[in-house]
Amino acid sequence: MALLQLSEPGMSPAPHQHKLAVGIDLGTTNSLVATVRNGIAVVLSDEQGRALLPSIVRYKVDGHIDVGHSAQSTQALDPKNTIVSAKRFMGRGLKDVAHIESMPYDFLDAEGMVRIRTLAGVKSPVEISAEILNVLRLRAEASLGDELVGAVITVPAYFDDAQRQATKDAAMLAGLNVLRLLNEPTAAAIAYGLDNASEGIYAIYDLGGGTFDISILKLSRGVFEVLATNGDAALGGDDFDQRVYCWILDNAKVSPPSIEDTRRLLLKAREAKEMLTTHNAVPIHAVLATNEQIDLTLSIEAFAEITKTLVEKTIKPSKKALRDAGLTVADIKGVVMVGGATRMPQIQHAVGELFKQAPLTNLDPDKVVALGAAMQANVLAGNRASNEEWLLLDVIPLSLGLETMGGLTEKVIPRNATIPIAKAQDFTTYKDGQTAMSFHVVQGERELVADCRSLARFELRGIPPMVAGAARIRVTFQVDADGLLSVAAREMTSNVEASITVKPSYGLSDDEIAGMLSDSMSYATEDMKARSLREQQVEAQRMIEALEVAVEEDGQLLNAEEKVEIDKHVTQLKSVLTCMDHRAIKAAVDALNKATQEFAARRMDQGIKRALTGHKIIEFKV
Amino acid sequence: MSFDFTQNFNQDFFSLLGQARVYKLDSALLDKAYHDLQAQVHPDRFAHLSEAERRLSMQWSTLANEAYRTLKNPLQRAVYLLKLEGVDTAHESNTAMPMDFLIEQMEWREGAAEARAEGDHNELEKLLLRLRHQSADIYANVARDIDETKNYPAAADAVRRLMFLEKLEEEVNEALDSLDALDS
Repeated sequence: MALLQLSEPGMSPAPHQHKLAVGIDLGTTNSLVATVRNGIAVVLSDEQGRALLPSIVRYKVDGHIDVGHSAQSTQALDPKNTIVSAKRFMGRGLKDVAHIESMPYDFLDAEGMVRIRTLAGVKSPVEISAEILNVLRLRAEASLGDELVGAVITVPAYFDDAQRQATKDAAMLAGLNVLRLLNEPTAAAIAYGLDNASEGIYAIYDLGGGTFDISILKLSRGVFEVLATNGDAALGGDDFDQRVYCWILDNAKVSPPSIEDTRRLLLKAREAKEMLTTHNAVPIHAVLATNEQIDLTLSIEAFAEITKTLVEKTIKPSKKALRDAGLTVADIKGVVMVGGATRMPQIQHAVGELFKQAPLTNLDPDKVVALGAAMQANVLAGNRASNEEWLLLDVIPLSLGLETMGGLTEKVIPRNATIPIAKAQDFTTYKDGQTAMSFHVVQGERELVADCRSLARFELRGIPPMVAGAARIRVTFQVDADGLLSVAAREMTSNVEASITVKPSYGLSDDEIAGMLSDSMSYATEDMKARSLREQQVEAQRMIEALEVAVEEDGQLLNAEEKVEIDKHVTQLKSVLTCMDHRAIKAAVDALNKATQEFAARRMDQGIKRALTGHKIIEFKV
Repeated sequence: MSFDFTQNFNQDFFSLLGQARVYKLDSALLDKAYHDLQAQVHPDRFAHLSEAERRLSMQWSTLANEAYRTLKNPLQRAVYLLKLEGVDTAHESNTAMPMDFLIEQMEWREGAAEARAEGDHNELEKLLLRLRHQSADIYANVARDIDETKNYPAAADAVRRLMFLEKLEEEVNEALDSLDALDS
């Protein structure tokens, strides 16, 4: 990692020396770069005066790479090598990406993150994003006349650790010094709040090309405090295009289109969507490679109907964010709309309905994120006197935890905790002489590990052999101001220090993140059942193991008849262990407990050192 | 004014946030003290400086967040204050509660489970209100026990009750969440 030393440690930079820093909005559909010039945030345009750079990268046969408008204009000619919406693949495995079957790319499922085979070789989403960032860096340097000292890169607030790390890597690959990863709605709040000198609680509703965020912020005396955030990292304007595209195919009754025609029709779908922000109906005409003709009219009502469920998918997270903030709609002073997709009338209507007020649209929803990022970059580069600075307190969007016995998640850091944050949790060994312990770091709200996103697995080795339960292993989670996690584990009782630090990487992934939070609500009941089942199974398993050890050590305390009786109950418990009924397991556990009470008492009488308290043989902690 | 990074990292949260060590804090003053402290130590102030300075800033900013979170929350604040006074609320091992309290807890718990199973929003909301009322009464006792009579064992006892009530409140909220999820 190229760490740019901006000034000697402890030395403040020379006064009046303005350092060039930019804010970059790396969007699913379009990307922008902005800076603060003479105290005012401005978006930097290309030579043709265009501010938006389409987030499209085309790898050509001669090794040349087209980025932006040139790649966009030829995308239907060469869809296989023209990558659009690469942001959707950042930090994502093949099975995490929705609609992958209708995409024209030649995907490879590499370790953790998908790769795309192009004419220029196999490319990762990080490399593709770096091409976009590189063009913006060059644009900024040409426009500002010097090298940049650093950049603030925005990410969806609901991006998880893997997606954030991938974004940071892309920026570094593009030769940018990353001053901060900034959440998109928070960036918008800065631009909006400073522009309007606002005070009070605001909701930022950010629907971009491929991601949805909702953040609830409290603005007061130069402090931007995020109270709660929620969203869907795989929902955006693209999905509305996809719905229109499906509607075209359904209604035109044409044969399945080629990949070139698919791209062409998706473009038609997008045009229709955009037209419908100002028209009540739009004609859709196309001639396919098969010479089949498409001649349809999409009305605004039909458009609203086919995208109704998408709009609803933004309402649930919005309600959840409000509840997490401990607020009601009445507390919200204003709703700021961010992202090109918020131009759709059905979105404006739904948001207005939910918050019982007309949303604020006085800032360009395409530019507001980049402008806020530029303002923050200016502060982070040290260009402002300390009394002109504002303070930004952001949160982590999804809980972080560890896998515990039985595939359950133990939350270590809860969602919506203000960052930076550190939390330590102690664990112990469960077997005598155990010298290693493995950890599985996950992110998400669900109770079962299998339903959360896997961030990293690591093993702590070199634990000195001790009796079970004697070791004290402290696992520390630290989330920095970029929202990135690092984990360290250390055995605390021994002089032998075994410690390890891992940075979870996007190299590891499993289940989808989309709608994880809303899933966790609808599945809460199911989770509780699954959880009690797992707990009972774990408890029963432990009890059987503990009993086997006890019988081996002190079997002489039992007569033959008693042994048979206990065995009978063990067999009974084992037979129900794998069934899905936690009550049956509980009943068998209780029966076994009862059958072993006398045995436990005798063992205690004999003054055995093992700390069996009370009458239950299983009650010593492992 | 710049922050003195050489001061004691292990000072208590009240001193870190410049508050008197009492239970009854002025919430607005606490907010202000927290914002003032973060304004001095937050990583955003040090993003352009060296790795060592950025690390130091992250540690202090992390501490400031922990201190604020602890003091802002009425239950955590009580636990923390009692700990400073040498009273371990021992919420893991010492759960001996009077029988009438436990019976009431059990009834409420059953009520919550029933209301959840029946999808009875109103009943859950009512339960939530009752819980909050009872908590509010106990919190008033905690304030008196800690700040006025300095009866720490009584405060610790009240804290343990509040832990039960908080757990129950969480469950009721969770039930409401899951009902909402079904509705929408």
